[in-house]
Amino acid sequence: MKLRYIKQSAFFFVVRLSAAVIGASIAGFVIYLAVKGAGVISWSFLTEHPRDMMTKGGIMPAILGTFYLTLGAVVIALPMGIVSAIYLSEYAKQGPIIRIIRIGVNCLAGVPSIIFGLFGLSLFVVFLGFGSCILSGSLTLGFLILPTIIGASEEALKSVPQTFREASLALGVSKWQTIYRIVLPNALPGILTGSILGIGRAAGETAPIMFTSAAFFTGKLPQSIFDEVMALPYHIYVLATAGTRIEQTRPIQFGTILVLMALVLGIDLIAIVIRSRFRRKKRW
Amino acid sequence: MTRTTKELAIKRLFLFFALLSLFILGIIIIFLFYEGLPIFQAISPLDFLFGVEWYPTYDPPNFGIGALIIGSFVVTVFSTIIAVPLGVLSAVYIAEIAPLFVKELFKPVIELLAGLPSVVLGFFGMAILAPWLQETFDLPTGLNILNASIMLAFMAVPTICSISEDALYSVPKEFKEASYALGATKYETIARVTMPAALSGITTAVILGMARAIGETMVVLMVAGGATAVPESIFDSVRPMPASIAAEMAEAPFRSQHYHALFATGIVLFLLSLGFNLVADYISNRFKEVGSATL
Repeated sequence: MKLRYIKQSAFFFVVRLSAAVIGASIAGFVIYLAVKGAGVISWSFLTEHPRDMMTKGGIMPAILGTFYLTLGAVVIALPMGIVSAIYLSEYAKQGPIIRIIRIGVNCLAGVPSIIFGLFGLSLFVVFLGFGSCILSGSLTLGFLILPTIIGASEEALKSVPQTFREASLALGVSKWQTIYRIVLPNALPGILTGSILGIGRAAGETAPIMFTSAAFFTGKLPQSIFDEVMALPYHIYVLATAGTRIEQTRPIQFGTILVLMALVLGIDLIAIVIRSRFRRKKRW
Repeated sequence: MTRTTKELAIKRLFLFFALLSLFILGIIIIFLFYEGLPIFQAISPLDFLFGVEWYPTYDPPNFGIGALIIGSFVVTVFSTIIAVPLGVLSAVYIAEIAPLFVKELFKPVIELLAGLPSVVLGFFGMAILAPWLQETFDLPTGLNILNASIMLAFMAVPTICSISEDALYSVPKEFKEASYALGATKYETIARVTMPAALSGITTAVILGMARAIGETMVVLMVAGGATAVPESIFDSVRPMPASIAAEMAEAPFRSQHYHALFATGIVLFLLSLGFNLVADYISNRFKEVGSATL
């Protein structure tokens, strides 16, 4: 009898220990990088161009570049994703077409990010002749986050009770009007959450933009969508690996890490807050 | 336009957009093969896959990605060994043991880890973990299999944890209640009832975690070390496939053999991760959790 409870205590100890290891390492990890980076952050770091072979100055072009790339990815993926999700959740009937589309979306979600990079290089940069630029990078990132947005939007649409649709249809409202006036507004917070998580992913990805849009250094800010840009994740990568002055630029690396982390985790946090507020306010 | 034709037009338009994902997957495959297949005019597929000499810039060059494939598998397997116990047990903690307020706190933390950019993890492995490993184990370099596996495990843990957790939640309450009613302890219920009932979900979680690790680029690019030899210990450097593609693509002359070889490596990587995802999809569909109604 007693042995059973000793076993239970031992198991619970191991379980709690695993959770503690994960929690502590994440906390330690984020806090360490934040503390190291905090000393570097200043107004001039955020608003100036890099100087002296990138060993001094700020990271403003990289912040701006990441902003453009992410914005482009959202403009491309958001409408496509939401419309696909509406079809899958509202119009599609069970059958082979749906099954195939679903497998396709799942497979697209599982494609490694470096493969998106290769694909962007061969299609946008080379085949369509855009060259390495914001447009190529945004398209690549947009395709990368498309499955995330489809998945989240579909789930949000499915969580709207069937009775809402039936009530609307019973009043003689057409299917599209029902979707537009009833289903979409109710699913909006869920769609928003998923999309914001997708945005966070797009902002933090490095591999897809390496060959499609990111530059080691640009003298001036991009003038059009056909210009190369600097980007935060790529900036970290090149400073930490390819530069000849890796140790000298270490403070800039920590500063850039903090800016990127604050950006991505901030975006994710907004999504988490929207979701939990929405869950509390849910009327059904 | 009448109402019906408008409705029909909207439906058609939406179907078109839904098919776009499939279309994108299609053109990814087409372009990978279009740029990758030309290498097989220079080397046979068997020599490409199983050759362990990767000297793309030598004269004559050698394009055997065997060592790169081994590198990918080694870091994936070791990261899985680290990530599975941590991820699954954390899921058990969240789903079964944690008090409510800890749960509310712990779940967002795991989600934040999932959202952490991989370049940040790579940087951490490179700048902090590598010097520490080098000193502690007295190694020539801290950029090795062990380091890459630890950092990859951090990428896989959120995937494994959140999917396992969903699987544990979906086990019907009646199962646990029946077990308690028979006098089983909480541990016995978790170990012999809840976990076995959630096994297919947990398996899916592990496979998707492995898929994430094998496809991850920045971590292995920055911390795996980059050696193209077949590794002999976990302190050796390796060059997994994504790292090779990312590191060499910028230097490979356009449409050279090297360029095509890197795309062909991309094909192998793509097919591997596709395999992982399809297996996960199959398991989660085939072995759906048994509901109480089916018993």
